[in-house]
Amino acid sequence: MSAPEPNPDISPKGAAAVRMRGVDKAFGSNAVLRELDLDVEPGERVVIIGPSGSGKTTILRVIMTLERPDAGTIEVGGRHLYHEAHGSGLKPAHEKHIRSVRSDIGMVFQHFNLFPHMTALENIMLAPVKVHGRSRDEARARGMELLDSVGLAHAANQTPGQLSGGQKQRVAIARSLATEPKVMLFDEVTSALDPELVGEVLTVLRDIAEEGRSTMMLVTHEMGFARDVADKVLMFDAGQVVEAGPPSQVLDDPQEERTRSFLGAVREH
Amino acid sequence: MDSWLLAPHQYELLADGAWITIQILVYAFILGVLLSLAVGVARLSDRQWVRGLAFGYVEIARGISSIILLFIIAIAVPILFDVNQASLVVLGSVALGLNMGGYGAEIVRGSIQAIPRGQTEASIALNLSPTQRLRHVVLPQAMRIILPPMGNLTIEILKGTALVSLIGLTDIMAATRTIRNQRLVDASGADVTVVFVNALVIYFVLAQIINGLFRLAEWRLEKRYQGGEAEVEAATREPIPGLTK
Amino acid sequence: MSTPQTLTAGRSAQEVPYRPHRAWYRRLDVLVPIALIALGYLFLIVAVEERSFFRTRLTAKGGENFDWMYFWHLVPLMWQGLQVLAKATVLGFTLAAVLGFLLALGRRSARRAIRWPFAAFIEFIRSTPLLVQLFFAQAFVRASDTVSLSPINILVLVLGVHYATYCSEGYRAGINSVPPGQWEAATALNLGPVTTWTRVIIPQAVPNVLPALGNYLVAAFKDAPLGYIVAVPELLFFANTVRGNDFRPTEPYILAGIGFLLVSIPAAWAVRRLERKIAYERT
Repeated sequence: MSAPEPNPDISPKGAAAVRMRGVDKAFGSNAVLRELDLDVEPGERVVIIGPSGSGKTTILRVIMTLERPDAGTIEVGGRHLYHEAHGSGLKPAHEKHIRSVRSDIGMVFQHFNLFPHMTALENIMLAPVKVHGRSRDEARARGMELLDSVGLAHAANQTPGQLSGGQKQRVAIARSLATEPKVMLFDEVTSALDPELVGEVLTVLRDIAEEGRSTMMLVTHEMGFARDVADKVLMFDAGQVVEAGPPSQVLDDPQEERTRSFLGAVREH
Repeated sequence: MDSWLLAPHQYELLADGAWITIQILVYAFILGVLLSLAVGVARLSDRQWVRGLAFGYVEIARGISSIILLFIIAIAVPILFDVNQASLVVLGSVALGLNMGGYGAEIVRGSIQAIPRGQTEASIALNLSPTQRLRHVVLPQAMRIILPPMGNLTIEILKGTALVSLIGLTDIMAATRTIRNQRLVDASGADVTVVFVNALVIYFVLAQIINGLFRLAEWRLEKRYQGGEAEVEAATREPIPGLTK
Repeated sequence: MSTPQTLTAGRSAQEVPYRPHRAWYRRLDVLVPIALIALGYLFLIVAVEERSFFRTRLTAKGGENFDWMYFWHLVPLMWQGLQVLAKATVLGFTLAAVLGFLLALGRRSARRAIRWPFAAFIEFIRSTPLLVQLFFAQAFVRASDTVSLSPINILVLVLGVHYATYCSEGYRAGINSVPPGQWEAATALNLGPVTTWTRVIIPQAVPNVLPALGNYLVAAFKDAPLGYIVAVPELLFFANTVRGNDFRPTEPYILAGIGFLLVSIPAAWAVRRLERKIAYERT
């Protein structure tokens, strides 16, 4: 798949879908992100790889506002996430502003995090009704459509407890799609699945990638998937981007020593 | 001991007393539950003064003796604030409700903290507001954990209602003492045991009823997690390449 | 080659200090508080006597709802009342702890003929108000020609029996919390019953039982003021007496409340700290 043209639906006037500048994040004495600069073009599909503890999940979490950066700025769809315009400069944003920008971001988690007290359909309907103000009928119809597109229309009235891991993750993806985010974040979404269930989730991800409507950032260990789908692969280690480039380079012909050793270790089993 | 039973008119007294007891229990329970939810959530607030106030209330409500609290609210407070002594039922219920709120708040807080963080994170990812998060995601799941200890707490409050006899209300305890004194006068046996065992049995029965109600609530809550049937046999649909066989 | 960040990230192996594991009954920071508490017990039982409340004649200003001078003058009496409360609680709870253990053993008996009556008794007493039981005891003692008990003994007895039922549940939970594998290991090593109990089961059960017992002790303290009904000269009795003599309910009750909190809140915190110390022990 080739990199698509910047999609004006996602970002105005070709502004980057996601732009991080100088982002620092430390947990205690552990500096997880160090002056990170990152650009993601609208509609781009970015895969982030790297050893555990390297901070790659933190990148996603900081964009999704699950963690607050200690320093730096993040822009989503041309708008600052954590800052508001103030005179000629910026000041820290109020919660309302953050929430407003956050409506363009969605995330799918490694451990699904479906709401166990609701059916699959209700999980998908909740945000459109409560956050985006859709009517219940509208939300239900759209929800059934989405469930159908991930192959789970028959499970609409089942609760997460009745579903397999692969099914749960597909519902989780549908739930996130229902909010029509411009940027979708996927945090190791197949790592918690039994091997035989990974394929069904990857198929759904490929479908989303093919549609090209949202920008996708994925943290994953699935190198084959990355090779097929990614426009750009980032190798991340010790809080910084070690190498960035198309999959043909980073995965097949890495320039950096750290990338080579990481990929070697991953391949060994 | 002739018989374990009392005379019919004495049972009437006990029944009237039971009515007062149940009333106070219900009012106190309602106040207690409202306080528990509000204060339990407040204990986890982002604002320090809210957290501090909630903490203060919980420590005092849990630390004080119920009978002293009852005396303060029913007797001292009206005089202190120059209010007419309102209905004793109201004052008694308020005292017991305040007491219950302290313990209940800790139950609520503990259960909210027991909900996996992933649930909150998923709600943030869906851009739900903090209130929506609490109402639709966290509290419904917390209910499962709240119900069993809340049931025990309610039984403790039931036992607490006996204290209102000491501020002049004619509940089961007061009725029991009246009957006891009557029997002394009637000389219908120096069998103290009979009267009090009857009273204890009534409380015991009420406690079991409360237990049963809470188990019922727990059972109905479980059903929400059970879900329905799969709609259509997946096998009869066209196989989607790569997705289904 | 990047080193994976390990659990001791930031500290080299030499920096993490080695602390040998010590059982709770050998740790000073657990034993010293327990010793202090035991000393406090002895003091209360031996040194505190129940006396009637004597004070110099004092009148409060008539018109006001609350008179501070009067309030402060009541403090010595409140203090006296608190001491008696503490003594009654401590004695009652000691009875509860011992009796509770016997009840727990009965509840665990293999024979149904023993188990059921014990279970029924425990459940019955636990689900019914202490107040009713107290009045029962009072009426019984008054009516009986044979049994005669002083007020504080009645209170101690009723508190003891009532809280014994709670303690028995606490013991049961503590013993059940010892993993069944421990019993099996004791059998595999051919340890006799006494050794099994004293060296294997009880040391592991106690950390679970102590916090529960601590909470029940604090709860018993909160129920002890009911002793005024049987004329135990304690905190609430003093408040009622003063109110009766001077017709001023606000100051004595509020003072009683404050004084009570001054004891019960620190006690609750102490129990919580003990819990945390012992909980660390088990992880």
